[in-house]
Amino acid sequence: MGVEFIYPEFEVIRNESRCIACRVCERQCANEVHYFCPETGLMMSDESKCVDCQRCVSLCPTRALKIVKSDCSLRENANWKSDTIKEIYKQASSGGVLLSSMGSPKEMPVYWDKLLINASQVTNPSIDPLREPMETKVFLGKKPERIERDEKGRIKCELTPQLELSLPVMFSAMSYGSISYNAHESLARAATASGTYYNTGEGGLHKDFYCYGPHTIVQVASGRFGVHEEYLNAGAAIEIKIGQGAKPGIGGHLPGTKIVGDVSATRMIPEGTDAISPAPHHDIYSIEDLRQLVYSLKEATGYRKPVIVKVAAVHNISAIASGIARSGADIIAIDGFRGGTGAAPTRIRDNVGIPIELALAAVDQRLRDEGIRNNVSLVVGGSIRSASDVVKAVALGADACYIATAALLALGCHLCRTCQTGKCNWGIATQRPDLVKRLNPDIGSERLINLMTAWKHEIKELMGGMGINSIEALRGNRLMLRGVGLTEKELSILGVAHAGE
Amino acid sequence: MRLEGELRIPSGCAIAAVISRVGKRMSGEAVTEAMKPMHDRSNGLGGGFAGYGIYPEYKELYALHMFFDKRDTRKSCEMFLKERFEIVKSELIPTRKMPEIKDEPIIWRYFVAPLKSVVSSLQTDEKEFVARTVMKINSEMNGAFVFSSGKNMGAFKAVGFPEDVGRFYRLEEYEGYSWAAHGRYPTNTPGWWGGAHPFTLLDFSVVHNGEISSYDANRRFIEMFGYKCTLKTDTEVITYIMDYLVRVQGLNLEEAASVIAAPFWSTISAKKDPEEKEKYTYLRTVFPSLLITGPFSIILGFNGGLMALNDRLKLRSMVIGEKDDKVFIASEEAAIRAMEPDAENIWAPSGGEPVIVRVKDGAY
Repeated sequence: MGVEFIYPEFEVIRNESRCIACRVCERQCANEVHYFCPETGLMMSDESKCVDCQRCVSLCPTRALKIVKSDCSLRENANWKSDTIKEIYKQASSGGVLLSSMGSPKEMPVYWDKLLINASQVTNPSIDPLREPMETKVFLGKKPERIERDEKGRIKCELTPQLELSLPVMFSAMSYGSISYNAHESLARAATASGTYYNTGEGGLHKDFYCYGPHTIVQVASGRFGVHEEYLNAGAAIEIKIGQGAKPGIGGHLPGTKIVGDVSATRMIPEGTDAISPAPHHDIYSIEDLRQLVYSLKEATGYRKPVIVKVAAVHNISAIASGIARSGADIIAIDGFRGGTGAAPTRIRDNVGIPIELALAAVDQRLRDEGIRNNVSLVVGGSIRSASDVVKAVALGADACYIATAALLALGCHLCRTCQTGKCNWGIATQRPDLVKRLNPDIGSERLINLMTAWKHEIKELMGGMGINSIEALRGNRLMLRGVGLTEKELSILGVAHAGE
Repeated sequence: MRLEGELRIPSGCAIAAVISRVGKRMSGEAVTEAMKPMHDRSNGLGGGFAGYGIYPEYKELYALHMFFDKRDTRKSCEMFLKERFEIVKSELIPTRKMPEIKDEPIIWRYFVAPLKSVVSSLQTDEKEFVARTVMKINSEMNGAFVFSSGKNMGAFKAVGFPEDVGRFYRLEEYEGYSWAAHGRYPTNTPGWWGGAHPFTLLDFSVVHNGEISSYDANRRFIEMFGYKCTLKTDTEVITYIMDYLVRVQGLNLEEAASVIAAPFWSTISAKKDPEEKEKYTYLRTVFPSLLITGPFSIILGFNGGLMALNDRLKLRSMVIGEKDDKVFIASEEAAIRAMEPDAENIWAPSGGEPVIVRVKDGAY
């Protein structure tokens, strides 16, 4: 106590007249907030441990609980916000780098919310997706520059490997280790059932999930955890992870406490050792090195798998993307600065990188200016929150979107942003067997499938309104977007007109 | 007020065309007549025609039809043309003064042959050279606009009702084996004549009825390959797409039609012939950004034939009829009857089904 004392952020409000002291909250809380007092026969709480994950609230059978933000506040100050002050107290007492999880909660511009979608009126008809075919299928991969014919004049139909998506949405990389076995199983099964892909992240692929290989993207990151020939050949595509939107320019650190049992076997590192991914790939110090890794992976897989290169959206992203497009990569994935993470230094997460909307618009235009947009597909992530975000991203020029936070929310995540503690009460970002088993993959996968189904319906409705009956005709169709409340500069980067124009 | 090209103007329309399969030449009068019963499909803000086989005496030369805003523009443009072409003939396109057509620009035509030395120094072929020159003039030369650039064919267009535009250009004095006509119903005032149809590049001409919803996806893709959409009209982008697919990529017309009005994936997967299935899957995968959605009916003119095509949902009317050696295409049967009261076999092609009519070999 004393100078570094910070009053708890949340308060546990228990309605005594409703509480039956069944102790469900106590059993459900891995943070050990709730406890039973035998003397009084009442449930008590230590709110200093509460992370507001809402697990107890959701499971309380009598709705006796709620968690509210504490109103004990420091004196208001527009410059020195209470978060800033508390962070200083924490650092003054610990001497450490602040860590955070999930995407940045700071107020930053969300351009999706400043873009509006068009609809047909009079001059051409809108199309009803319930009555007319409405196509959302997408192929990701390099497209040939020239049509070639054989000696009989027939078109040679050989394509470099492509990924076929039933809708332009995939589950983004989350490693086994950072999330649980059951979360991975849910994602793998949902991707398979929904005709899309999930991504292993950098922690390798559990043997049990090789059967979902045709809907799996296997990732190769700077730590090369769990990378071997069989792994590379197990998936439908290989992703080289250069960077992540939440923490561009730095590596990763999965604490030894999470490297247990199968996680250790899958990552091919000893139990209890920290899994540290270096900041750069130490065999990629330049763009020509990237080309070598791309082709090494292609050689290892007989040119049967498209290679994705994932980068964080940073300042000169167009030049970087242009370089990647010429490096032999089939797909470029760009992760915006609002993207999520299992753990990242707070300062980096909240201050490094650029919004995905601007990065996407700039990259798509740059690749077109150079005439090489067809050489690669573009996948964007870093806070795609809804079907309308997907539609706007496609209209700006994306071939498909990556979602991760949205997928975790579907699995039960309540965005308490404390993944780094490993005590996820929802069984997602944890390796504790008693917590992992709370996430039932039968239910988890079904909820993800529902999400994909719902989004697909919404995408079709939005497309139909615009009189577009195939997602191809939406890609890069920026006339279908208008900006509101944006400056000339923002509009020119986004390549859209202002509403009313 | 901004001129067309500075903003995008959607339009409704009427289209009509006639072709003789034996290459018999006919005057432009019949197709002008065809536009009369469809008067209400236009609003007097655009009309135009394309005739094929109309310049037999200059059939080896590119006929450049051009609008100029003033004499100086024409003079400076001519200087530019002389650096690139041998100009064999240069003249005003004959027109008829009439109250219905006003504010005409200078309407000129050149019959030209590209200078071989220039073509070879640019390491390109003749057609590509002409196409690039047209793009350059239309996008860079203020007040000059090439609205027709093929061989033995020509476009004629203006702001006005199509039947008046036909009389204005004295089309009864031309003879061609095929004609296409267009009446426009823009939802905004175009401000000048460039946006009227047909839109042409080299031998291709397109008249189009519809408003495509894929416009910007198509435009931003095709502009990667040197095309510049200066007018922001559907017809312009469709013309460039056809030029790219057929001339540059070497697809035949049926294949090109299956790119722009691609069969639904469900139709492709239901195809029995595995070779066909593979081909359609391939074309859709390779050219996704050239799929055109939204309503359209187009007539594509080319040397030796016409192709009629509807969008894949058939959101615009289009019928076809025949009589003897002639085939008629129009937005309405009434237009066909105006050209040939006894037309037979009137039918409406399905959405996405290309109807290709060719003049027999050697007859054009």
